[in-house]
Amino acid sequence: MQNYSIFSLVKNAFSNHQDWEVAWKDPEPKKEYDVIIIGGGGHGLATAYYLAKEHGITNVAILEKGWIGGGNVGRNTTILRSNYMFDANAHFYELGMKMWEDLSQELNYNVMYSPRGIINLAHTDGQLNAYARRGNSMRLNGIDAILLNREEVKKMIPFADFSDTCRFPIVGALMQPRGGTARHDAVAWGYARQADSMGVDIIQNCEVTGFDVENGKISGVRTSRGEIKTKKVGLCVAGSTTLLADKLNMRLPIEAHVLQACVSEPVKPLLHNVVTFGAGHFYCSQSDKGEMVMGGDLDGYNSYAQRGNLPMIQHVLSGGLAVFPNFSRLKMLRSWGGIMDMSMDGTPIIDKTHIDGVYLNCGWCYGGFKATPSSGFVFAHTIAKDEPHELNQPFNLDRFHTGNIIDEKGVGPKPWIG
Amino acid sequence: MLEIKCPYCGKRSQNEFAYGGDATVKRPNLGEEVSTKDWDDFVYYRDNPRGKHTEYWHHVSGCRQWFKASRDTATHEIFNTSSLEEEL
Repeated sequence: MQNYSIFSLVKNAFSNHQDWEVAWKDPEPKKEYDVIIIGGGGHGLATAYYLAKEHGITNVAILEKGWIGGGNVGRNTTILRSNYMFDANAHFYELGMKMWEDLSQELNYNVMYSPRGIINLAHTDGQLNAYARRGNSMRLNGIDAILLNREEVKKMIPFADFSDTCRFPIVGALMQPRGGTARHDAVAWGYARQADSMGVDIIQNCEVTGFDVENGKISGVRTSRGEIKTKKVGLCVAGSTTLLADKLNMRLPIEAHVLQACVSEPVKPLLHNVVTFGAGHFYCSQSDKGEMVMGGDLDGYNSYAQRGNLPMIQHVLSGGLAVFPNFSRLKMLRSWGGIMDMSMDGTPIIDKTHIDGVYLNCGWCYGGFKATPSSGFVFAHTIAKDEPHELNQPFNLDRFHTGNIIDEKGVGPKPWIG
Repeated sequence: MLEIKCPYCGKRSQNEFAYGGDATVKRPNLGEEVSTKDWDDFVYYRDNPRGKHTEYWHHVSGCRQWFKASRDTATHEIFNTSSLEEEL
């Protein structure tokens, strides 16, 4: 594989950039693979990469119904953070934060990791107390967290509404300075390129239509491009999880919901951090192109449509204007939706299943992007060793029967409310 | 914008309604012997279909009545709505 560097850039400039190697091949599916990963999104590509790199399993295929990176990894708001209170979440997402720090070097692909800090605004004393508690829990788990008072927040985002008459006064904030953003497409492409270079077959336009299960053991998958034999299958299909699980007679604690995001026209540098509004559901960061990248609530009803409705955009942006009144004159550039695999406790599921050789990676709710490296890492371990990594052991499927649910937000089994 | 037909008030905009989830989920009867697994299935497990979905809506900013709707989760088309007692 061609190494990307300043020298390769200069060299290819002489040939008008016509002679770059393809970043990944477009192979025909083979008759048999050791492992098949379904879903060519961030998690699937990362899983294949770590299977090859950490476990030496390179006879792997990624089957993608559309094109790689066309689902949620290309539709999110690119936020990275590990500001969780519960131990299971804190340890898992913190592994991800550490992996983001040198991911560009590891993949030889600039994922534009930007630890610009994430600021969760507090609007009441009670909320600030709760944030202090969360920050203390984070610090006990070795995660960076600082509590900001009103004046400190004002220095960082002076254009927010600090007036005496505003409906939701900012009383302080919890900040994770290492939180930030990364270029979402680059993450998918970087993992794809490295996985491909180690022998993984990335097979696009290949829809899985069924599974061959014999005596409780997987033996192959049926696809729109023929039957493929395998001993192990990993599902990384986010919002489509139930559709594939149905083919395996597996009922899951998952509902599909549409989450929208939107960007404004590009403007000069203004917002230097990721900011979340604490009195509603609104979060915002400014992209390197200058667009304000904004998101908020689910549309609020079960949906498999990768598009939402305007009332929710209006609701989210009205929250945004409550904190940033000067955004009112921004023109909106575009909005889009992605299908969230909302688990019933708000926490992902990374586990084996009742079928030998079928592994499940789903339930990412709002927050799958930041977990791309750590999810791929522990899921590859789960598949290769046929047992969970210690970090995803708490994310087992059985927790909905044992009672060990991880309900960080305390919403209960009604994902559309959260 | 969804236009939802409240069985009591007629067609109104989506803004007047709140969603209530899958209406095919049945709570085990009071006093009935129920296994832990059946109870967990009721609380957490869902069919989550792509296509026709029977669900509860609440006309919260209108007559405040709960009702049922049959809606397509892939196209968002609403086929029909009914009161809780009626068959959809």
